[in-house]
Amino acid sequence: MNRVELQNMAQAETERQNAFRCRLLCCASTPCLSSGSTAVSEAMKQALTDGNLDAEVEVVATGCMGPCSRGPLVTVKMPGQEDVVYEKVTPEVAKEIVAKHVTQSKPVSENVLPADMPFFVKQKKVVLANSGQIDPERLEDYVARGGYAALAHALREMTPEEVCATLTKSGLRGRGGAGYPTGIKWDLVRKSEGDKKYVVANGDEGDPGAYMDRTMMESDPHRLLEGMAIAGYAVGADQGYLYVRGEYPIAAQRLQRAIRAAERRGLLGSRVLESNFNFRIDVRIGAGAFVCGEETALMASIMGRRGQPVPRPPYPSERGLWGKPTLINNVETYGSIAPIILNGPEWFSGIGTEKSKGTKIFALAGNIDTTGLIEVPMGITLREIVYDIANGIPDGYAFKAAQTGGPSGGCIPSQFLDTPVDYESLGALGSIMGSGGLVVMDERSCMADVAKYFIEFCMDESCGKCVPCRVGTVQMHRLLERITDGSATFEDLETLEELCVLVRDTSLCGLGQNAPNPVISTLRYFREEYEAHIKERRCPAGACEMNRIPVQELNTNSRVYSQNGAQAEPAQA
Amino acid sequence: MAARPAAARRSADGASAEHPSGDARFKMIDRTLKRFQYQQDALIEVLHTAQESFGYLSEDLMIYVAQQLKLPMSWVYGVATFYHFFTLEPQGEHSCTICMGTACYVKRAAEIVAKLQDEYGIEPGETTPDGKFSVAAARCLGSCGLAPVIVLDGEVMGRLSPDEVLDQVKERLASKKPQSVPA
Repeated sequence: MNRVELQNMAQAETERQNAFRCRLLCCASTPCLSSGSTAVSEAMKQALTDGNLDAEVEVVATGCMGPCSRGPLVTVKMPGQEDVVYEKVTPEVAKEIVAKHVTQSKPVSENVLPADMPFFVKQKKVVLANSGQIDPERLEDYVARGGYAALAHALREMTPEEVCATLTKSGLRGRGGAGYPTGIKWDLVRKSEGDKKYVVANGDEGDPGAYMDRTMMESDPHRLLEGMAIAGYAVGADQGYLYVRGEYPIAAQRLQRAIRAAERRGLLGSRVLESNFNFRIDVRIGAGAFVCGEETALMASIMGRRGQPVPRPPYPSERGLWGKPTLINNVETYGSIAPIILNGPEWFSGIGTEKSKGTKIFALAGNIDTTGLIEVPMGITLREIVYDIANGIPDGYAFKAAQTGGPSGGCIPSQFLDTPVDYESLGALGSIMGSGGLVVMDERSCMADVAKYFIEFCMDESCGKCVPCRVGTVQMHRLLERITDGSATFEDLETLEELCVLVRDTSLCGLGQNAPNPVISTLRYFREEYEAHIKERRCPAGACEMNRIPVQELNTNSRVYSQNGAQAEPAQA
Repeated sequence: MAARPAAARRSADGASAEHPSGDARFKMIDRTLKRFQYQQDALIEVLHTAQESFGYLSEDLMIYVAQQLKLPMSWVYGVATFYHFFTLEPQGEHSCTICMGTACYVKRAAEIVAKLQDEYGIEPGETTPDGKFSVAAARCLGSCGLAPVIVLDGEVMGRLSPDEVLDQVKERLASKKPQSVPA
């Protein structure tokens, strides 16, 4: 396929779509599938067949539309009219949509999501522009929305240096969490000497509470492949690896199909778009190890070994997979490439704040009204995300903290709700941007318990290679367990703080270095809660069962406990 | 691990084009091995196929994979035990995976685990002695909008209370429908 044929394909597909009087887009992403979207699309198809509307109306299975907690979602697209989004569609409602909206143009009002909802208005979709709009299994659908045009442009009009320079100018930073400038990284790999180079996409989204990468891979796989191909051209690699988490079988399957479809059309493989550039992509499926999100561990895992990190330098850009220069970026970073090439770096750097450009995808979860996936410009405040986009906290509870960055991040308390969300501001609060998981907790969550949860996670996921992480996390977990069951003393709290610093400063890789973050940040903002656990033996949030007594008797205070703890302070929560 | 070298030797004599046991499931593994041209780097892919075909990685199976890829047994064992996805124990006929991701944890998924533990006496990662039912805990299934999430025999279910989960599990166990094993 060459550039002209690509344009022809786009045009043919656009015409095919416009020929329909109406298109019904039905979300087929994991959350909607499990709330019954298959039955919904079946019901719509059946209703269309019954009404002899098959030829005029098309039912499309798309990717994620955003407000996952309101699924199954259906979008009705009619030429010349605004799209209408339906929430919580049941097979009965689906039939009604066909009967009323499709045939008589009267929306079924009860289930319509208002178009001016802050959830939609406050978002800016760049990476997710196609998500929920196209059928991820059809290459034509992606091409019709400008897909692979960026690759064609880069191959024909730009040199590899120019691609890297464009990215540097755009200010795009790695979306995996650390925020390293993408253009500079690409340039490093481009300049590295080697007869073979590799491009790797990190889709090992291990942070609990984060599902941006899964959604991107499931909803718009070709966007990712296109970004990787451009990367391959820019750094001079001819082989790409896509590392997908083992927990995401649907994503892996769709990516494999997308790769085959692109190879058949000459958009991947040898002589891409009839140029001299060859690029193959293989999918590698992870096997459930959080540490494999760390780049050196991820490379070990691609090479079929135990996913244990190695010290850097040498960085992967010098010596990576099989000792060759390797470019590793997060899936979301690759998703941002094509729009930057097409719209220019100035357009991209016009979005966001001074140091953090562009948009960021967040996965909203926890105790909020509307959970789901959002893409917002950098610099938006947390308050806007929690209270406008997510529509606040249900049942009248108060906001307590927002947890960003998963087990490597921290908790942001309510006094910082007006902080702009960008790499630097979140870092200053002791948290990190991370990959984009945002879990909101209300006053029923105990911060010591949350810290314990994350340390337990890190303890479990520690690969065991370096001592501070392997042993330190176990000891921290033991101390937090004491605090949450009521058997801690103030000495334990001191030890915990010392351990935090030690583990942070001496661990080998990011997992260990960031493991104490949840403890440090909760201690910083919610210290009185820890102290209440120890001093008054009560949990202010009412989440912990304080059923144990301190193991050590403190000589300094006069409290004496009997053997079974019956005489303990009456302050039992 | 003491008996391993002997077992490896025994199986080395018998290893030929077809597995001596005549078990057709080994053909699935052979197909993956061929697809990756017996590259040692493909170990994780081969183990994935092996677990899909057999349900778990038995000692014999790991010895077979080690031989085919010409890797030391310790290497294969090391990889299989490193990753959570691989299991070295047979799984129950029915399985329930409970998501313990942050969102599910905040929505009290731990209470579901406790409920199942009260009823069946098994913790995540264990199987009932009669081999009927396994419970597992997952890190995050990426469906946080539906928290708390469980996966019952491969079906994702969200927003269930501990009692509702228990009812669902009881229903599955009573139905006696054997879990589909990929051929």
